[in-house]
Amino acid sequence: MPELNQNPLVVDACKGFGNRPENLIEILHVVQNCAGHLSDEDLRSIADALNLTRAEVHGVVSFYHDFRRKRPGKTIIKICMAEACQAVGCKSIKDHAEETLSTAMGETSVNGDVTLEPIYCLGNCALGPAVMVDGALHGRVTAERFDALVLEASS
Amino acid sequence: MSFAPVTVFVPKDAAALSVGADDVGAALLNEAQKHNFEINLVRNGSRGLLWLEPLVEVDTPNGRMAYGPVTPEDVSGLFEADFLSGGAHALSHGKTDDIPYLANQERVTFARCGLIDPLDLKAYEAHGGLVGLRKALSLGPEEIVVAVKSSGLRGRGGAGFPTGIKWETARTASADQKYICCNADEGDSGTFADRMLMEGDPFALLEGMVIAGRAVGADTGYIYIRSEYPHAIQSMRAAIAIWEGANLLGDDIAGSGQAFHMHMRVGAGAYICGEESSMLDSLEGKRGQVRAKPPIPAISGLFGKPTIVNNVLSLAAVPFILSRGADAYKTYGQGESRGTQPFQLAGDIARGGLVEKAFGVTLSELVNDFGGGTRSGHLVRTAQVGGPLGAYIPETGFDVSMDYESLADAGAMLGHGGVVVFNDTVDMAQQARFAMEFCEIESCGKCTPCRIGSVRGKETLDKIIAGEDLKGNLKVLNDLCILMTDASLCAMGGLTPMPVKSALKHFPDDFNSARQPVE
Repeated sequence: MPELNQNPLVVDACKGFGNRPENLIEILHVVQNCAGHLSDEDLRSIADALNLTRAEVHGVVSFYHDFRRKRPGKTIIKICMAEACQAVGCKSIKDHAEETLSTAMGETSVNGDVTLEPIYCLGNCALGPAVMVDGALHGRVTAERFDALVLEASS
Repeated sequence: MSFAPVTVFVPKDAAALSVGADDVGAALLNEAQKHNFEINLVRNGSRGLLWLEPLVEVDTPNGRMAYGPVTPEDVSGLFEADFLSGGAHALSHGKTDDIPYLANQERVTFARCGLIDPLDLKAYEAHGGLVGLRKALSLGPEEIVVAVKSSGLRGRGGAGFPTGIKWETARTASADQKYICCNADEGDSGTFADRMLMEGDPFALLEGMVIAGRAVGADTGYIYIRSEYPHAIQSMRAAIAIWEGANLLGDDIAGSGQAFHMHMRVGAGAYICGEESSMLDSLEGKRGQVRAKPPIPAISGLFGKPTIVNNVLSLAAVPFILSRGADAYKTYGQGESRGTQPFQLAGDIARGGLVEKAFGVTLSELVNDFGGGTRSGHLVRTAQVGGPLGAYIPETGFDVSMDYESLADAGAMLGHGGVVVFNDTVDMAQQARFAMEFCEIESCGKCTPCRIGSVRGKETLDKIIAGEDLKGNLKVLNDLCILMTDASLCAMGGLTPMPVKSALKHFPDDFNSARQPVE
């Protein structure tokens, strides 16, 4: 069989989880955390290592909102759009973000700086609107605070 | 002159961090050094008084004194006010335990949360930890199950199934392998109790799970935490490592001969994985699709083996039941709703946070007495109780008792105990539309009523909002709601009509496009 041009990161991740198919989601997390997104080649290698079909791996990747097939922006901003944040005006934060970053929710800015994503609940429901910037949680976010967070992230 | 260092508490709970707790901690250390004071900074969990976060507490001879919400800019003023001795300051709330919000609660599951460094095992024991586990290790499996059964504990994840009966089913099932799975996929908007407990008292969850393992004969546990909770993931991972090191997890727990191994799994952003069978598929590395029942997981769950799936709060309630007795737990609550429920006050609320009360507190007491009405100053119009699949209860219905039966009678449900307050600017037609949209986004796709019904529901609501054939479209929407309720495979599709129908019932004017929005 022809050898795949395999990413050592992927091979190690699979091996680290015993090449076991029940650990697929954990493996996808590890690969995405390191590589930023899940490429066709990496998914092929994962399927190979776990003895799954590419369709099975694709099925799992496409099911979960966390997994991305495209390279995200340098900064990933998640705006909570669930009910508790709706009650305190997350829609105006979303509108502000889309406008100032010229980027629609679910998209990456043209210059590749920012990916804007909706998220359904960050568990900060008493201190909304809640926003997560590169894994850091922020509460009671106003438009001004949002701008400051974007500035901090890009500096 | 030298003084013994004063202990100062600054929470490291995610909610506290979201409003700057780390910066406050750093400022305190910095300022203390400037004044040549030695302080012992403890990063505790949150006490649940979230509107006061970051809540700084000082351990004084008179008890723990509370200051909040503290910003780094306030810190020098606090030192000037001699807060290390409990000095008066504009941000002072006196003794933490005397703050009415806390004093009027019945903290059982959250008794320790916020009191200690969550990863300090000695402090955990000093505050009553491990007593339940030791008791369980001295009892036989059947006795543990009997205790949980007679406590009246029901599943706190939302379904409210009697925990003891579930355990009994798994205990009597014969198999070479059984599992305990903790459902920490707390996806409901307006809920954060699981997160707070995992960050503020993670050992309590481990203790509950090990007890569950002994009760049903399972030697392996999984905690399934949603990826949206990085702080809880970190905290649980650290807690597991500490317990493994202390021989409280492993092949021979505390020399008892009992084995229990713990694993963590991180979700990947799918709300549906909070549904137990979907969570099991996700734990097996698959798409998180709902399984048809029967068989129930207690008979055939993870990898086809008998499996207990319990919510974080159900499991964390167990150590108390073992250490203090089933009767002690049962004295709280009323009717078939026994024990306490950690309610979570969220949305537009002045004093948002966690309120643990015996079942039977009214929604009005929670929203008005504890919560203090809205944060915005607007009038309260409604509260959605029990997450995205829960009913919108109008302000006129706030005298409802918060227990399983009373809420069901009111056409609502307890869910995971979340209460999201909306003010009088809310457009209930939009909220109904969002319920359908959320179902569309999060449906696992396995059954048609949920997968397609949610899309058609959203479209129909769009027509209603646009004022198109109101009568005809309301009839379509009603039919859709009946179909989704009756024919969906799980609670996602089955309960999405609940917020929609409650909005239609209590706020019919909002579905008439002639309504003028409140400014």
